[in-house]
Amino acid sequence: MNYRYKIGCSLNNLKSIRDFIRTSLKGHGISDVVMNEIVLALDEMCSNLMIHSHHCNPEHQLELHIRIPQKGDLVFEIIDESNLFDITKFEEPDLGNLIHEKRKGGLGVRLVKKIMDSIEYLSKDGKNVCRLKKKIG
Amino acid sequence: MVHIKRLQEEGIDCIAIIGEIDASSSIELDLTIAKSVGEGFRKIVVDCTALEYISSAGLGVFMSYIEEFKDKNIAMVLFGLKEKVINTFTILGLADLLHICENKTEAKKLVNELSL
Repeated sequence: MNYRYKIGCSLNNLKSIRDFIRTSLKGHGISDVVMNEIVLALDEMCSNLMIHSHHCNPEHQLELHIRIPQKGDLVFEIIDESNLFDITKFEEPDLGNLIHEKRKGGLGVRLVKKIMDSIEYLSKDGKNVCRLKKKIG
Repeated sequence: MVHIKRLQEEGIDCIAIIGEIDASSSIELDLTIAKSVGEGFRKIVVDCTALEYISSAGLGVFMSYIEEFKDKNIAMVLFGLKEKVINTFTILGLADLLHICENKTEAKKLVNELSL
């Protein structure tokens, strides 16, 4: 099964992105906890992209593709046209330092890396594609 | 998206979060906690019974108060977290850094003990 969603880069749209992911994954035998993990990782990816690459401009758009094969990994693609925000090159801050510095950011990338089994970036038709995979079962 | 209610009981400020906390709504949680601290509360319990989702932005708010609360001797206890929500805290190892209880009675007991 394939699902696609296109939406403007406003943080107010994160809720509808999460609802789209939940609706797409429903009925595929995915537990509540794993479903929430996937929603969380994709929410973190989209909000990072909206903030860092699109400065929350609602006229900029991003696309989310979800592929649920009968067998094998779930595949998620986030597609946009912007400066690449590559989280694989992002150095994760130490948790102790974050607490000490009273910083509110820096946790999202850590969550995505812990939840997803692979993260890769590619270029397709002049657009950035971030492909994330999650093993189920 | 998110509704936050406050109720004061026996000198404890009870903050109830209803709905979902993400990058757009975490500011409301931050402002509510700041308000509680500003009003001089030293005991805060956070009712997460109706919290359906929290992203890193919300976790970051709780984390950002850890040091300040230690310095000011303020106790904060969370309770009623759903399994999927507590899992988000656990993935990051935050469940061990915050005080988390099953229900309100336990939370109030712990917050009183912590602030002794």
